[in-house]
Amino acid sequence: MSEFIKPTPMPRKYFTPTVIFLSVIALVGIIFVFARLIFGIGTVTNLSNQYPWGIWIGIDVAAGVALAAGGFTTAALGHIMHKEEYHLITRPALLTAMLGYTFVAMSVAIDLGRYYYIWHPLIMWNGTSVLFEVGICVMIYLTVLYIEFLPIVTERFIGRVNLPGLLKKYNNSVDKFLRALDRGLDKTMFIFIIAGVVLSCLHQSSLGTLMVIAGPKMHPLWQTPILPLLFLLSAISVGLPMVIFESVLTSRSFDLKPETPILAGLGRMIAPILFIYLSFKIGDMVIRQTFVYLTEFNTASVMFVIELVLGIIVPLRLFMSPQIQRSPLGLSIASFLVIFGVFLNRLNNFIVAYTPPYQFTPYFPSVGEIFVTAGFIAIEVLLFRAFVMIFPIVSVPQIPAVHKTKFSIRGAK
Amino acid sequence: MANQSRRNFLKTSALIGAGLTGVSSKPAKAAPNNILDENRMGVLVDTTVCIGCRKCEWACKTAHNLSAQSIESYNDRSVFKNMRRPDDKTLTVVNEYAAKGDDQFPVDVKVQCMHCDKPACVSACIVGAFSKEKNGSVIWNGDRCIGCRYCMVACPFQVPAFEYGKAIQPEVRKCDFCFDRTKDGKLPACVEICPMEVLTYGRREELIDLAHQKISLYPDRYVNNVYGEHEVGGTSWLYLAGRDFHELQFPKLGTNPAPGVSEAIQHGIFAYFVPPIALYALFGGVMWLNKNRKQDEHKEANHE
Repeated sequence: MSEFIKPTPMPRKYFTPTVIFLSVIALVGIIFVFARLIFGIGTVTNLSNQYPWGIWIGIDVAAGVALAAGGFTTAALGHIMHKEEYHLITRPALLTAMLGYTFVAMSVAIDLGRYYYIWHPLIMWNGTSVLFEVGICVMIYLTVLYIEFLPIVTERFIGRVNLPGLLKKYNNSVDKFLRALDRGLDKTMFIFIIAGVVLSCLHQSSLGTLMVIAGPKMHPLWQTPILPLLFLLSAISVGLPMVIFESVLTSRSFDLKPETPILAGLGRMIAPILFIYLSFKIGDMVIRQTFVYLTEFNTASVMFVIELVLGIIVPLRLFMSPQIQRSPLGLSIASFLVIFGVFLNRLNNFIVAYTPPYQFTPYFPSVGEIFVTAGFIAIEVLLFRAFVMIFPIVSVPQIPAVHKTKFSIRGAK
Repeated sequence: MANQSRRNFLKTSALIGAGLTGVSSKPAKAAPNNILDENRMGVLVDTTVCIGCRKCEWACKTAHNLSAQSIESYNDRSVFKNMRRPDDKTLTVVNEYAAKGDDQFPVDVKVQCMHCDKPACVSACIVGAFSKEKNGSVIWNGDRCIGCRYCMVACPFQVPAFEYGKAIQPEVRKCDFCFDRTKDGKLPACVEICPMEVLTYGRREELIDLAHQKISLYPDRYVNNVYGEHEVGGTSWLYLAGRDFHELQFPKLGTNPAPGVSEAIQHGIFAYFVPPIALYALFGGVMWLNKNRKQDEHKEANHE
């Protein structure tokens, strides 16, 4: 069988004006991280005893985990539902998830007052703690993601091992090792793929349970016992839009033709998921009668309406339109709105909704906090670009394709 | 003490054993000794007696080796202009609320950790650094803490404070009910120094009886409510007041334990690890079925 579309490294010039701009942001972010490590959290952030958690948790961690949901949704779609036509989007999604979770872990680390004790939860357990469950799940899932990525590394280097200098004599044995690893992974990968999806379902929902304990400190528009369900549903609904948005961006960045038929297929699946999420969100609001808070005009009600209308209802309508499904631009706008909606939802849940009983100064992130968050996102994008250039991630036509129905990817036979 | 650590050791090893065999259903039980002893102690604060001398603030600082100014400086009443909260350097503060009518006095309210019977911080802490001790104190164990500040998110009274200024070994600070003093049979520092006998230290159950006696003896003096008797499942510190508690900025809280719903959800999702394993099995089954179906389709396609 000849291969028409195959993941391939993208040899391009790394530095473009955008890349240089992102590098500067990344550098400033790193400087602030060092400032935090040397002078303490209080120096760099606006956190206080009233607001113990800021955007490093609300955006970097909560939104970061949600926006990395493309990894488990495509794994479920491509491998568990076994829709082979979607195999070619699993790799970029996997890379996003891997980088995303790595930076989630790093954000947690710098937000911890005692970052050097980050391993404590591994041996000091507290089963009643939601945070403990989230922490353990994220740690295991991150490991699973690295394992899931290994076949891409072996594929890149098998037969191409070329160690520099004195290490040259080990070329053969390294190659052998990679082949053995590849064979082993090929046979056992299904275990990790299922584990990854289960772990994701668990911690995506538990991330919602996290704020339940804040009780009356959280605005009633968001505080609900079904927060874990809402978090899981929103994570599932943002997974595919994230993949679409990234795919369109990558195609633009590397001058490739967007995979419109596949993206359209993905787009068709989003509307029903969004609809379920919307029904639960509205249903919850009706049952708990929290809509009364929408008659007030304040930050909370405005943010809630933006999240609901711009983040769920508008993209739901867009994804239902056949014209939008056929156009890469339409798809990416609709996807962006879903991403924006879920991002805002996490920000709302963790920061906007949080109203401490004794408030002296309202919280607004400091310059340092914003630069660290922006810096981490910049580094993620830069690493994504580097990985896509080094490893076979993005699928491109190998020879002028005649019929685009068959795809072949290693390990997916 | 040796006995204590031995018990902890046994618990930990039992937990590790259970974890390894994969049958650990509730590692929660291994969290530090969160027993509700019926003889647990408490403090009854009668805010109608307090004169706002702030000696308790001085005594607290001295007892906890936090730099305290001279005891005379605590006579300065200008601090009452702004509402204050306990922080990492002051574990208790007194706030004053202006008199309502000409015939009334201003009300002074001492604020510190309430030492809940079902503490949200104990439930929330990722590493089990908080514990509800036998004598009622909720204390923090600095060896475990990783500084995540989830306790601060969880606390309904907004009490735990964090040392934001420290880069290495910052601590979460809050009133520890003078655990080290009461262990040796001494009174909590604030109770000991209070010149007006605002603070009564004793068994929580007896304090509740005492509080209700006071209310029924002087119904004009007190509102008919003991703050802390039922709030968030009960607290070790109890308050009497002559005014509605919400006017004195006590948070309006229900009677359900603070961690209640979140623990219920958590244990629902992880009931004996059944839901995660069932989910795993379900996904595995679906994957296997879909794979077989695809292979059959391929075979049929090849036959044609």
